[in-house]
Amino acid sequence: MHRDPNHPTIVTIEKVIDETPTVRTLVYSDDIMSGVLPGQFAMVWIPGVNELPMSVMISTEAGKAAFTVRKHGPASTGLYNVTAGQQIGIRGPYGNSFDVKHGKLLLVGGGTGLVPMMRLLTATRHSDDITVVIGAKTKNEVFFESLTHQLLTNNTSKRVIVCTEDGTLGQKGIVTDVVDKLTSQTKFDGVYTCGPEAMMYKVVNLAHKRDIFVQASLERVMKCGVGICGSCCIDSELVCRDGTIFDGAYLTSNPEFGHTYRNKAGISQKY
Amino acid sequence: MPPSIQTVIGDKITLKSPTILASGVLGISTSIFSRMYDAGIGAVVTKSLSTEPWEGYPNPTIFSVGGGGWINAVGLSNPGAKNFAGMIKSSQSNNHNSVPIIASLVGSTASDFESMINEFADCNITAYEINLSCPHVAKVGLEVGDDADLVTKIIRSIKNVTSTPVLAKVGLGTSGYLDTVKSAIAGGVDGITAINTIRAMAINAQTQRPILSNKIGGLSGTPIKPVALRCVFEIASKFDIPVVGCGGISTWEDAVEFILAGACAIQIGSAVGHDTWIDTFNKINHGITSYMEQKGYLKIEEMVGNAQRS
Repeated sequence: MHRDPNHPTIVTIEKVIDETPTVRTLVYSDDIMSGVLPGQFAMVWIPGVNELPMSVMISTEAGKAAFTVRKHGPASTGLYNVTAGQQIGIRGPYGNSFDVKHGKLLLVGGGTGLVPMMRLLTATRHSDDITVVIGAKTKNEVFFESLTHQLLTNNTSKRVIVCTEDGTLGQKGIVTDVVDKLTSQTKFDGVYTCGPEAMMYKVVNLAHKRDIFVQASLERVMKCGVGICGSCCIDSELVCRDGTIFDGAYLTSNPEFGHTYRNKAGISQKY
Repeated sequence: MPPSIQTVIGDKITLKSPTILASGVLGISTSIFSRMYDAGIGAVVTKSLSTEPWEGYPNPTIFSVGGGGWINAVGLSNPGAKNFAGMIKSSQSNNHNSVPIIASLVGSTASDFESMINEFADCNITAYEINLSCPHVAKVGLEVGDDADLVTKIIRSIKNVTSTPVLAKVGLGTSGYLDTVKSAIAGGVDGITAINTIRAMAINAQTQRPILSNKIGGLSGTPIKPVALRCVFEIASKFDIPVVGCGGISTWEDAVEFILAGACAIQIGSAVGHDTWIDTFNKINHGITSYMEQKGYLKIEEMVGNAQRS
């Protein structure tokens, strides 16, 4: 049957995985979402609650996909509270995807920003030399560490660096200090990042000033996902249509990236 | 001589092309306006602006219902007239922006509209479009449009405070839309935009719930085109007033049909949700040009209302 990508398709949550005390992964069967490109997102409808944009998480099982959500506002908490057997609606996939380079790659994820990084790993080669930096405030907020190791099983050159602000797991400190050191030592062929915008802003600038190709996946208020409403605009670009992934060369000249975002009324506000 | 797609709305508005970005669509930042102007639009209509900022309704607010149709209840989210005017002013003073801006305004009383127009005193505004037709927010839009006396009062008071042309956007409410047109003309309006979305809803059978958070919203896109075309035709046949056609236009054929029905310009909204996105405007402009060459038209004005012939 023909499926309208812009109308909610109903799927049933089959499994809920607790990643941390505030992060869960909801797994469902869907061939289209299981095969999306790294960085693409879906609009996820929690009936009776809200609808929100979510990067499409991989599943280790064929024909399945997932959403990994941290409870935060009403919409994300609504999704977090969905249990196995409940139905949700999904639209999409939407957005562009990472330009996957090969060779020495650096992936930097903060919090649920790790989601597109996991899918990106599935698009890399076993011959790539991959470094993944996982950032969190504290030990019990770290997740996807073992999944990252699992996805890199067949790579001979790899590093997984966990970094917590309080030093309770891995290196103590902030992610961007690690990235500063790594990019000063190694000429990466590609740097990819997703997470809090302040983190991405630093990662993008650190890589770009060293002439390293870098891409970041941005988040803005989103309503339609298809370029009609304009809510997600960043300067003259729309995050839903032109992004969510943008090159460092563009982002470093964008007056809004890292500085301002538009609220639900469309008013530009400082971070 | 190749045909020109430049068009006029009344005697005060001249646009480089007849394709206008409809209100509610993308009209949120001046940087996007410039990009849209490069994509072929003749003018941009802003999101409907209110006296205060509005957040609008929670999601879901927009989705497809198939066949080129969309349902939305965004709830008129907008940064408010004052914030928006400030953005336009700084953009125009930096000379970034030559795109003609039609400011869409939504309110409940004549004083609402007067105060908003005052905010735009230092901006270069091509026209105001008074929203008398949003179908899913209480006390504004259609609820105003359905009150004939109030429509006349509002338009008259706006005309008293500005020399900028004023368009009234009408839609299908509980009273006859032709009465709204008549009332707006009585108030001295310079043109009519027809139509807005039509009240509608969608229910998901699996979850047994309305999909929109507001339950009821407005239907736009291809399914409403024949209705909108009929409205434009009727307005143009009954009144001597410039008409801007809006409702389900996604191809150059649609655009030409509206012009033949009596529209001097057309607005495009939902069609930007299609794969061609903002390339839709130039595609339609090129199609209109080819049609004019084929039929031997040199100017848009020569085509306007030609289907009115008996």
